Amino acid sequence: MIETRELVDYQVNPTTYKHWRVSYDGRVATVTMDVAEEGGLRPGYKLKLNSYDLGVDIELHDILQRIRFEHPEVGAVVITSAKNRIFCSGANIYMLGQSSHAWKVNFCKFTNETRNGIEDASEHSGLKFIAACNGTTAGGGYELALACDEIILVDDRSSAVSLPEVPLLGVLPGTGGLTRLTDKRRVRRDHADIFCTSPDGVKGTRAKEWKLVDEIVRTQEFGEFVKKRAAGLAEQSDRPADAQGVTLAPLERTIEANTVRYRHVDVAIDRHLRAATITVTAPANIDAMLQFVRELDDAILHLRTNELDIGLWLFKTAGDANTLARLDQYIVDHQDDWFVREVLGMMRRTFQRLEVSSRSMFSIVMPGSCFAGTLFEIALASDRVYMLETEEGEPAATLMLSPINFGSLPMVSGQSRLAARFYDDAATIDGLREEIGTPFAPPEAVSLGLVTDAPDALDWDDELRQAIESRVALSPDALTGMEANLRFGPSENQATRVFGRLSAWQNWIFIRPNATGEKGALKVYGSGAQPKFDWDRV
Amino acid sequence: MTSNIDYIDKIPNNVDLGRDRVLQRALEHWQPAYMGWWYDMGPNESHNYDVYLRTAISVDAEGWAVFDYVKMPQYRWGIFLVPPTQGREVNFGVNKGQPAWQDVPGEYRSMLRRLIVTQGDTEPASVEQQRMLGMCAPSLYDLRNIYQVNVEEGRHLWAMVYLLHRYFGRDGREEAEALLDRRSGDVDNPRILGAFNEPTPDWLAFYMFTFFTDRDGKFQLSSLAESGFDPLARTCRFMLTEEAHHMFVGETGVGRIVQRTAEVMAEHRVDDPDHVRALGVIDLQTVQRYLNFHYSVTLDLFGGDVSSNAASFYTTGLKGRYEETKIQDDHQLTDATYKVGTVKDGRVIDEEIPALNALNERLRDDYIGEVQAGVDRWNKTIEKSGIPFRLTLPHKGFHRQIGNFAGQFISPGGDVLTAGQWNAKRDEWLPGQADYTFVQAMMTGRVVEPGKFANWIAPPRRGIHTQPIDFEYVRFN
Repeated sequence: MIETRELVDYQVNPTTYKHWRVSYDGRVATVTMDVAEEGGLRPGYKLKLNSYDLGVDIELHDILQRIRFEHPEVGAVVITSAKNRIFCSGANIYMLGQSSHAWKVNFCKFTNETRNGIEDASEHSGLKFIAACNGTTAGGGYELALACDEIILVDDRSSAVSLPEVPLLGVLPGTGGLTRLTDKRRVRRDHADIFCTSPDGVKGTRAKEWKLVDEIVRTQEFGEFVKKRAAGLAEQSDRPADAQGVTLAPLERTIEANTVRYRHVDVAIDRHLRAATITVTAPANIDAMLQFVRELDDAILHLRTNELDIGLWLFKTAGDANTLARLDQYIVDHQDDWFVREVLGMMRRTFQRLEVSSRSMFSIVMPGSCFAGTLFEIALASDRVYMLETEEGEPAATLMLSPINFGSLPMVSGQSRLAARFYDDAATIDGLREEIGTPFAPPEAVSLGLVTDAPDALDWDDELRQAIESRVALSPDALTGMEANLRFGPSENQATRVFGRLSAWQNWIFIRPNATGEKGALKVYGSGAQPKFDWDRV
Repeated sequence: MTSNIDYIDKIPNNVDLGRDRVLQRALEHWQPAYMGWWYDMGPNESHNYDVYLRTAISVDAEGWAVFDYVKMPQYRWGIFLVPPTQGREVNFGVNKGQPAWQDVPGEYRSMLRRLIVTQGDTEPASVEQQRMLGMCAPSLYDLRNIYQVNVEEGRHLWAMVYLLHRYFGRDGREEAEALLDRRSGDVDNPRILGAFNEPTPDWLAFYMFTFFTDRDGKFQLSSLAESGFDPLARTCRFMLTEEAHHMFVGETGVGRIVQRTAEVMAEHRVDDPDHVRALGVIDLQTVQRYLNFHYSVTLDLFGGDVSSNAASFYTTGLKGRYEETKIQDDHQLTDATYKVGTVKDGRVIDEEIPALNALNERLRDDYIGEVQAGVDRWNKTIEKSGIPFRLTLPHKGFHRQIGNFAGQFISPGGDVLTAGQWNAKRDEWLPGQADYTFVQAMMTGRVVEPGKFANWIAPPRRGIHTQPIDFEYVRFN
């Protein structure tokens, strides 16, 4: 089993990359995968044939971030490989075989978020992606390609795209492969059926006919073709060719036994209670906002990967609501500025991580809190919101909406959190829009349905303590399932289907003996032994 | 927050109510509602009577109560917990050995709340059930006793409400309100437990109720007094000191009826029930039928013979067995078994089930042992008069609505019958309309002269709190 004891650090930078090279040529960035076999995040497996583990994907995530912020001139990104006749062979099977279930799930979640991030950049940031599949494109490799806008496969009579998880490993593609085949690429279902059960995949003309790839190009012409296509896509981008990027400096972070501290984010872990209090200080300007979301992003990833049994996140906030509301207004008003747009994108993606985290979340609103606008999104993302009602004459806790709460920060489902909370009820949402900038006292917040409960000072400590204690005592698995059900409601899109199916099907299959038992397909893969299945269909 | 309640004077307590704002705030709403409930549902026409009552004023074993005339609406319902035991631990279940909880453990909140609400609901229910009985009391002594029981049931409601108010926040306050809103026997808004929706139509039923059903209360309180939630344990322990009097009222009440009947039977040398009735006393066969009814209905109160709730209450450390800490075993019961009765192939047999699931049955068995001792004492009284009749407890499976025996037709002797056979015998075994009519006809008026007793009941051996039997226990004004 892969132990998670040694901390996984999501903070990397180009000088530390082991597995990727990035080159910039005008408006086109080329991201080249060249995985170091010995560079696995954990011992016990070799990253052969451009297979990847979490460490490889952490670098990819960092690369995408830097293209967004440090290279505003880039309009198109080519993802390709430095290996001969191998584009990418997917997640490393030996790594999966020796991983704990939690590790596999967390790995899949992060890789999914990164793939979603590629699509998010294509949709919102004017960045288009080409998968230049210059060799075998298997499993997670093909899923990476599926996340791109275009897939160009080399036609060398042998390189194929494939999703061999079912026939070879007895599991499913874990990074949205099945969902994107149907939802995004509209591959006919019987073609998809053949494709997903064939260990060798599909190559050449048939790959294009079946819509598995957009183009097939002979080896000789491949480089030139990709270059032209990338230039064409970059041409259409609205990203500024002449803007100066913003360097993503390393985060100032102090990790101690029970705390993680950043400038705007403070995490305090109560190990006995199995809860973390995440206190966020409102940023005062756009640069601070970027800083804040990068910190929150890192904190979420840190807690998800390194603090598995801390099952409850308690969010608190501090700062000035009016300042934050003005900043929100600025962000909403300046979406034609590439930087502001990227900051908003980073905010969006970071908050989207909250709802897909397998952690309970409560927000705690007290006098001095700053649950306004952007930070109110955290409360909306939470499973419950508790607000302290103080006595008259004492400082009061308030909530405030800003324009940013009305669609600028959608959940992964594409819906705003307010719309999801009120099931798209237009009258309610319009009514709330009228109240932008109004500080809501606890009774109004309760009657507007914005908080769960507003105990008064006499009840507060005990109510909160009991709510927390009773939450952390519940089955973590049941909570994960329940919360995911309740968080997203009726609105579905490709991303929710990817996550939902991952949770429902892949995770079930992962823990079944047919995959991970002693003779399970995933377990025996590569050993030469045949998997032994329990043939009963369930 | 300012308060209009003079706490120390009005509400005797040892919970520092004068400084507890959480409790003050809750009581400011609840106390007036409680008074409204008492005026509506307390003993009929009693509000202006001066009643010689005991009032708990402290937890001091010597002199925890005072006796004096009180108008019941001015009764000082108080809040008392026995003093804490230093270093008390959870004594059973998976949390055994941890320090006893001084606050509600969040993960057990709803379970604990359910236990407290269920217990609390029985207290006002019995007041409601008994509210008309004062109109036909057999003596001032008995009238005073029923009022004493009533005000103390009221105080027990306060005790449970204290826990809800102090430890359960808004939920607790809502539950406390609901305790005042439910009504015994109300089809739309009944009390929680079945037996507490049955009417208490006459004084024989009242004594049976206090003997049998209040004793269920004693056993429930005793097992809650073992709770790892320390405030509950301490509250229940103090309630038990008051509960003893209620059972005294029941045991001596039935005992005095039985005594009077046996004396009359001996004096007139009659044993035919009709002849006995003609002499203005309650025949022992009718007493037996009342006993069968109240005993069987009360057995149901202990809950199912096989119960997962009882198992969780125990495993979590919230509700123990009767005298848990005096029992010599591992206090975990993970491997132990216990015998419960069930019907198989037309016979009642014993079945071994996991002891954890049989905790209701075990408590029921403890209860049956104590009830049997009381019945034996009644039989001694009958025997003294030379009458051969003996009262008996029916079989555990007789007339049960809950548990393994529910839906079975079991005779008082323990034979499994058909519905037809059982129904044919029903009026022999359980009080019927004729019995109620007879008993109530005997109890039409109230005996108000000090020292006088209705013909159907013998005087007690002594009065209340060193007062003579002919003391004016109630002044009607």
